[in-house]
Amino acid sequence: MQFTGRRNKFGTNLQTELYLQPLQFYGQPPLENISLSEFETFAVERLKLLKTVENLGVSYVKQSEQYKQKLEKELKNLNFSYRPDAVDKDNKESSKKPPQNGPSELEKRRKDHISHFILRLAYCQTEDLRRWFIQQEVDLFRYRFNELQPIQKLEFLHKNNLQYDAISVEEKKNLKDNLVSSSYAVSGIKVELEEFYKVPFQDALDLVRTRKVYLKDGFAYIPHQDIVTIVLNDFRTRLSKALALTARSLPAVHSDERLQPLLNHLSHAYVGQDYSIQKNVGKISLEQIDSLSGKSFPLCMRKLHQALRENHHLRHGGRMQYGLFLKGIGLSLEQALQFWRMEFTRGKVDADKFDKAYAYSIRHMFGKEGKRTDYTPYSCMKVILSNPPSQGDYHGCPFRHSEPELLKQKLQFYKVSPSGVSQIMELVKGMHYQLACQKYFELTHNVEDTSFSLSHPNQYFLESQKLLGGGKDIKREADTPQRSQENSAPRGSSAADASEHLAETTEDLDAFFVDV
Amino acid sequence: MPSSDYDPACLPDLLPLYYRRLFPFSQYHRWLNYGGVQKNYFQNREFSFTLKDDIYVRYQSFNTQNELEKEMQRMNPYKIDIGAVYSHRPNQHNTVKSGSFQALEKELVFDIDMTDYDDVRSCCSAADICARCWTLMTIAVRVLDRALREDFGFRHLLWVYSGRRGVHCWVCDEAARKLSAAARSAVAEYLSLVKGGEETVKKVVLSDPIHPFIKESLAVVEHYFPQYALQQQDLLSRKDSVDKVLALVPEDILLFIYFSQYSTAKKGQHFEKEIMLQYCYPRLDVNVSKGVNHLLKSPFSVHPKTGRVSVPIDLRELDKFDPFAVPTISLICEELDRPKAGEEEEEKPEDATETSLAKYVKHFDQFLDALARSRKGELLRQSDLQKEF
Repeated sequence: MQFTGRRNKFGTNLQTELYLQPLQFYGQPPLENISLSEFETFAVERLKLLKTVENLGVSYVKQSEQYKQKLEKELKNLNFSYRPDAVDKDNKESSKKPPQNGPSELEKRRKDHISHFILRLAYCQTEDLRRWFIQQEVDLFRYRFNELQPIQKLEFLHKNNLQYDAISVEEKKNLKDNLVSSSYAVSGIKVELEEFYKVPFQDALDLVRTRKVYLKDGFAYIPHQDIVTIVLNDFRTRLSKALALTARSLPAVHSDERLQPLLNHLSHAYVGQDYSIQKNVGKISLEQIDSLSGKSFPLCMRKLHQALRENHHLRHGGRMQYGLFLKGIGLSLEQALQFWRMEFTRGKVDADKFDKAYAYSIRHMFGKEGKRTDYTPYSCMKVILSNPPSQGDYHGCPFRHSEPELLKQKLQFYKVSPSGVSQIMELVKGMHYQLACQKYFELTHNVEDTSFSLSHPNQYFLESQKLLGGGKDIKREADTPQRSQENSAPRGSSAADASEHLAETTEDLDAFFVDV
Repeated sequence: MPSSDYDPACLPDLLPLYYRRLFPFSQYHRWLNYGGVQKNYFQNREFSFTLKDDIYVRYQSFNTQNELEKEMQRMNPYKIDIGAVYSHRPNQHNTVKSGSFQALEKELVFDIDMTDYDDVRSCCSAADICARCWTLMTIAVRVLDRALREDFGFRHLLWVYSGRRGVHCWVCDEAARKLSAAARSAVAEYLSLVKGGEETVKKVVLSDPIHPFIKESLAVVEHYFPQYALQQQDLLSRKDSVDKVLALVPEDILLFIYFSQYSTAKKGQHFEKEIMLQYCYPRLDVNVSKGVNHLLKSPFSVHPKTGRVSVPIDLRELDKFDPFAVPTISLICEELDRPKAGEEEEEKPEDATETSLAKYVKHFDQFLDALARSRKGELLRQSDLQKEF
């Protein structure tokens, strides 16, 4: 892309052709010129959109009515396309609707196209960034695909070369009972009337994983209506490959001084606070941990600590979640080794075995072994969404993973008032796990309203310490990464305007993320 | 019991003998070479060894069967693990540019460990097993074997006794070896029915419609579960049936479920099925199956604590399989010293084929033959497609 100013807005005919479709796979990058300001605006707005997608995904059941309504609202606010209306070549809205103020549907689709590709540049750089970007884009795509009319869905598949074989009427008859009982929405009549497709199970992993499909001999038998999961898989795979390719061409992009600061800022913005920068190393002593666990640990970590003290052992999932948390609150490697060793040797593990089997993994956590990644403590999102606990595990989020009855008992045991307990259980019922934890914070610290929005166990700890007066030294690092980016803004006269504009945009962005 | 009094302290003396005369190197290499169809498949395979004094070495790899033999005879590993086939020779991974050294393929594996059933067995706990709770393993093998074959279409499954308290399954089909981590995780989750940690009491929840997979699995479980404990009547109203079920499981769990079901005045229609599944359905460790680079104990490796060899299990004789009858390293080493029965002269066995290990190696051979036949069939099909004569 070249940025010499606003020109032919709708580029080639091919592109216009593309924008007639309500949805695309982002197979072709945009081939037009746009201004720097449009570049920045588009990118920032899409990032806001994806951030919303992420938050909605944790607070509501995906694709539920509430989720869809809120997402549509956000799409409207940010001027992204949300209606799969037909758009004809002359850039007029369909005749039923009167012309509206603001960008046309065609313009919105163009923005969608361009902004996606810009964010690819920012989010292709590391595994974590890629994973996050792909997850939100897939969720957004799923929403949009579901909003299409059936005919439009077929058209989409046709235009994007997704091949699948329909099974014969005979085979359908033979498999009828199995087909009916493998999918909630499929009745006997549907089996007769609708097409069923035979797809290798590797192409329908989402359906296989949740056992929502009939499997025979390595093939998944998919009703027409479920084809969306196939499409999603395909989308995910294509995007993943594309990001890998994009990463290789990054050096060329980074050499453009106008782009580098914005792209860096975009990729840091999603992460926000990750608690890996240890300003507090050594400020906690091992003797304090027991009392701290009662006062300032979130419920998940308190539970892990208790289990560790009682059983003198924790399984891998628990060691990771709790060990990284401790690192985040300021334990040094030496302290961590001492702490775990002391506890494990009280149990069935002798000192020798500890040094051989467990010490390695603790050093690994601190980035002293293997590929030397300094692992960051898990955020709430990560704890809630990945690696659910099974028999013998104590990790995970108690608000998400514990049986409600047992959670209630535990809260009562920790002296939460009955009304407090029911408030928390209400939130849990509505799947607002982080809000439930925040309520727990409020009740145990005797405050009316917390000033922060809980998204990380270490954040819980810091806020608690601040409240209890013990954490005067512990500063919030929210502004440091962004500020340093702005300081390294490009030199040169033409870039001065850009960096000023950048400063404005990034302040908006910061404000946006702090509120969340 | 043909364990011949295994003593872990003897391992340093027994292992050299085991690796010189008993370990089936030829079959082992035949397996992991997979017909030599893919270049460097054997050479790029990672092995890891646990040596004396718990020294653990990773990224071992070998160019030929001969080299594998020599090295193992030199190092006498206490434990052997098999990892993935990588993009480069694992023993040279340090010379490869960071990021280029990747795990490419590996068998799809499952690990069923008896400790994961501790909340539903009262006869044993932790590392112990007995004939009664071993039935749980039998059920696990049957359920998973059926599902992997009939639902997923896999054909070459190697079931192996882990040597102490569980079983492993190695799915060796080409399609299985090429599965991505996401696919492995999806397969493992499809196969998982028992969910929840310490804090979950009711670990199986069934809702209508009942998926064909669950139906089939239930059929297997029902075949083994003591029928009389769960007959048509309300299982908790008759004392003798109560006793039978309670004998199987810890009391407090069952009573908790009983009371919570009755107190909410809503006895779920699938209550009995859920109970059966909670007590008997296989419990997998999804993490073992997920990773392409995950290392798993090798067949024919010796378990240092019990001395038992990790032998392949013949599913045709699954119901008769007795983990306590699996030969230990001390037994088979001793057999090498005994004169062969029925011989006039005092002739001693040459190698494994004349010890208690023989039948397991034979079964392994049959498994490998099937793999070879299927490879041949595939090659023929490919050449037909290309119209080569």
